[in-house]
Amino acid sequence: MTHRHVVVVGAGPAGLAAAEAALSAGARVTLIDASDRPGGQYHRMLPEAYDAARPEVLHHGWRAFDRRRRRVLTRPRCAWWSDTSVWALERPDPERPGPPRVHVLHGPVDGGGRRRLTLDPDALVLAVGAHDRVLPFPGWELPGVFTAGAAQALAKGERVVVGDRVVVAGTGPFLLPVAASLLEAGSRVLEVLEANTRGTVARGWSRRPWQLAAQAGKSGELAEYAALLIRHRVPCRTGRTVIEARGDGRVEEVVTARLRADWSAVPGSERTVAVDAVCVTHGFSPQLELPVAAGCALRTSPGGEFVEVDADQATSVPGVYSAGEITGIAGAPAARAEGALAGWLAAGGDPRASALRPLRRGRDQGRAFAARLARAHPIGAAWSGWLRPETVICRCEEADYASLCRAATRPESASARVAKLETRAGLGPCQARICGPTVAELNTRLSGAPVEPPAEGLPAPVPHRRPIAQPIRLGELAAPSEPAADGSAPRHL
Amino acid sequence: MNGTRVAVLGAGIVGAACARELALAGLEVTVVDRGGAASATTSHGEGNVLVSDKGPGPELELAQLSRTLWPQVLAGVAERSVAAAHAVEWEPKGGIVVATTDAGADGLTRFAADQRAVGVRADVLDAEALAEAEPYATREHTAALHYPEDAQVQPAGAAAALLGDALAAGATLRTGCEVLGAVTRSGRITGVRTSAGPLEADWFVNAAGPWSGELSARLGAPVDVRPRRGDVLVTAPLPPMVFHKVYDADYVGAVGSSAGDLQTSAVVESTRGGSVLIGSSRRRVGFDDRLRPEVLSAVAAKALRLFPTLAGAAVMRAYGGFRPYVPDHLPVIGADPRLDGLWHAGGHEGAGIGLSVGTGRLLRNLMLGEPTDLDANPFRVDRPAVLGTTARSVSEESP
Ligand SMILES: Cc1cc2nc3c(=O)[nH]c(=O)nc-3n(C[C@H](O)[C@H](O)[C@H](O)COP(=O)(O)OP(=O)(O)OC[C@H]3O[C@@H](n4cnc5c(N)ncnc54)[C@H](O)[C@@H]3O)c2cc1C
Ligand SMILES: Cc1cc2nc3c(=O)[nH]c(=O)nc-3n(C[C@H](O)[C@H](O)[C@H](O)COP(=O)(O)OP(=O)(O)OC[C@H]3O[C@@H](n4cnc5c(N)ncnc54)[C@H](O)[C@@H]3O)c2cc1C
Repeated sequence: MTHRHVVVVGAGPAGLAAAEAALSAGARVTLIDASDRPGGQYHRMLPEAYDAARPEVLHHGWRAFDRRRRRVLTRPRCAWWSDTSVWALERPDPERPGPPRVHVLHGPVDGGGRRRLTLDPDALVLAVGAHDRVLPFPGWELPGVFTAGAAQALAKGERVVVGDRVVVAGTGPFLLPVAASLLEAGSRVLEVLEANTRGTVARGWSRRPWQLAAQAGKSGELAEYAALLIRHRVPCRTGRTVIEARGDGRVEEVVTARLRADWSAVPGSERTVAVDAVCVTHGFSPQLELPVAAGCALRTSPGGEFVEVDADQATSVPGVYSAGEITGIAGAPAARAEGALAGWLAAGGDPRASALRPLRRGRDQGRAFAARLARAHPIGAAWSGWLRPETVICRCEEADYASLCRAATRPESASARVAKLETRAGLGPCQARICGPTVAELNTRLSGAPVEPPAEGLPAPVPHRRPIAQPIRLGELAAPSEPAADGSAPRHL
Repeated sequence: MNGTRVAVLGAGIVGAACARELALAGLEVTVVDRGGAASATTSHGEGNVLVSDKGPGPELELAQLSRTLWPQVLAGVAERSVAAAHAVEWEPKGGIVVATTDAGADGLTRFAADQRAVGVRADVLDAEALAEAEPYATREHTAALHYPEDAQVQPAGAAAALLGDALAAGATLRTGCEVLGAVTRSGRITGVRTSAGPLEADWFVNAAGPWSGELSARLGAPVDVRPRRGDVLVTAPLPPMVFHKVYDADYVGAVGSSAGDLQTSAVVESTRGGSVLIGSSRRRVGFDDRLRPEVLSAVAAKALRLFPTLAGAAVMRAYGGFRPYVPDHLPVIGADPRLDGLWHAGGHEGAGIGLSVGTGRLLRNLMLGEPTDLDANPFRVDRPAVLGTTARSVSEESP
């Protein structure tokens, strides 16, 4: 019997669940992740941290995750390709609609011998997750200023203490687990600052937030974090944030200010706090380059742009499904539910199967949770009031706010692509993964021009367009590609 | 000519160069574009300003005129705005053409001899001289030539600078304004209908790049300008390894040819930001912008033949655009004999950045009845290649 071949990109909570469900539905699965281990952002750091002082705090769902990954990766119909980057997706001819050809580089990034392989799946599940978003502020480029995700990875994974006196600032429920990880790793957390006002947060979550959180499987976790912060007497404040970091060669102090609902700083409310590290997070940016390369339609929500999916997790491209953080930020349980649905349906499983009912329910609750999360923790439009002319916006290319203003306010260079080439903001090694949404927002605001519809054949100037999704060495690119043989890749746990 | 109104349709680098010349000559210029200024082909290609790749003929004459004009134009830009001139990233760094086969060496040597006869500087580099000029280039070459006149700009910055001059001289720019059709009166175009309402003028310049065919069909006087896809690779910033524009002699063949299948030739150059740009491919695929990894692979392989040491460099981006070309591979510059008041300036294929300033000057000369610096006849509109069947039918394109 020939089985449908489902390729799943991303082995985080969503991708693992997709692979498992696709296998249950009878498909042959190739599960791909750039990392050397399955687990994604959420579980990536767990093995190292396994014998941490308080494993119950750091290891939510670890046992369940461990069971699942063994169950999935040891199935004979599953090929597990770790250390494999999808660097390009090649859309088929318009007359033959279907999933794109998947181009991968197989082998450790640092090794010289990565092979260039191609796969032609019957269905493709994209579950590539998100990375954390940070808004620029004066001094954010100083050493000692961490994205919350990086700080957590260091604390959880490598048990590195990022500082002795740390302020955690930004917006969203991610502030709490980050502060918890820092405390666990031995840092002193001076305060946790939620930029949104109490009113915004309360209205966004509505009157009974705990119900929603419980549905999304998050309440226990959040309660534990909160208890931990209380035990360590860490003050948590709303309507306040870090508007500047200062220091000679590295961060020595931060300036915090009280914020109004639109995130304008209240004059006279500034406070200076001596720190040796600051961790900031302003939500998450989905990794949209692969969905965009596949031709998937996006949707704009209050929380930003995400992949548009229907009730079956199908994207606008036939045979391409999407699950997890790239469809909305709703946490790992919702990602799992979406992944399972996507995997089952991508494999050709019966859409009316009774087992799908709880999954659909979980997914719908996840979406409701995501909508409230976005409403409770928006990015206030007046954040750019913190910027000064010399504030760096793009760290790779050191492009400053003044240069962005200059390009965007002259009609001959205001177009997003022209301004980018002139200021170089977004052209550096990170390819606008960090500054892209920020630059796009500032450019639209400063130029006052609506986003241009693209000309025939030319791409829309969206910040997440990266036809080359992962860097590829010239030598690797020049070598001929090989179609991947069935289950050719080694499997290791 | 004061009071004469000109509408330049298209704000790519060609439209910008025309607008600049006409505005400086005192005409009342309006530039319209359906997108943003310079946001189409002009910001999806490279910025080589070359004489080296052109054999004797009208295109080389236009290239030589342009090469003479560029420094003058940029001096003027710098007087108006130092920042705008800086953004042009003008680098007269010179080009080096390298042949890697015996046949390639023969062809290149003959080509260069013809070029020298019409005043192009082309200096032979022996192995030692090449190694000194480009220490990382291949040692496996059969011939190398140095063209000191070749230069480079950042194309979007260059277009913005030209347009900035036009605006400073009184021109106006309307973006997000798509031209939909013509308003004619007794064989003369008196206005255009646009998505933002009607626009009247005395003269109209079709500067719509690869969409010139479509636009001219909408205006009722079609010219056969077609798109030819090209892709470019960009590496992560590297320490200085490439000091000139270095390209293989295959390029010499690709420019003039019109074979539909994939053609690749490597042009390797470093940019001010430290990235190395590697171009490019030539394919006739309409406006299909789908990424073709095997095309990129072929470009990469060619580049490594020139610079084997770049094998470890990380490619972090690829982009591409559509070169506007006329089937006989010459630009179309001049008045339309079928519709009074309509002019065309386009179809520069892979050389529109470099040729833009010469084109703007030539168009102004023709419009104002001034003597021209070169024979404009080869670029005229009523030649068979231009008036031949358009790539797409008129009805299909009408709004
Ligand atoms: C830094 C960070 C820390 C977080 N910490 C917490 C926390 O403490 N508590 C909490 O509740 N939630 C946390 N979250 C949220 C949680 O991680 C997500 O809800 C969950 O991981 C989403 O699952 P996913 O499967 O959608 O994506 P992910 O878990 O992000 O998995 C995506 C996977 O795709 C792979 N991938 C991406 N692109 C490619 C490519 N081109 N080729 C091959 N592989 C690719 C990645 O390597 C990754 O393994 C955190 C998120 C981030 C970004
Ligand atoms: C990969 C690649 C590499 C290249 N490398 C080089 C090089 O190294 N050196 C060089 O000299 N050249 C190079 N070129 C060629 C060069 O980019 C083009 O010749 C040049 O940009 C053409 O400019 P243009 O103004 O004619 O067209 P465009 O820049 O496309 O401008 C035309 C404008 O018209 C507008 N328009 C179209 N239709 C309408 C309408 N109906 N209404 C209103 N506006 C409309 C469009 O929006 C567009 O802005 C390269 C091209 C490519 C694709």
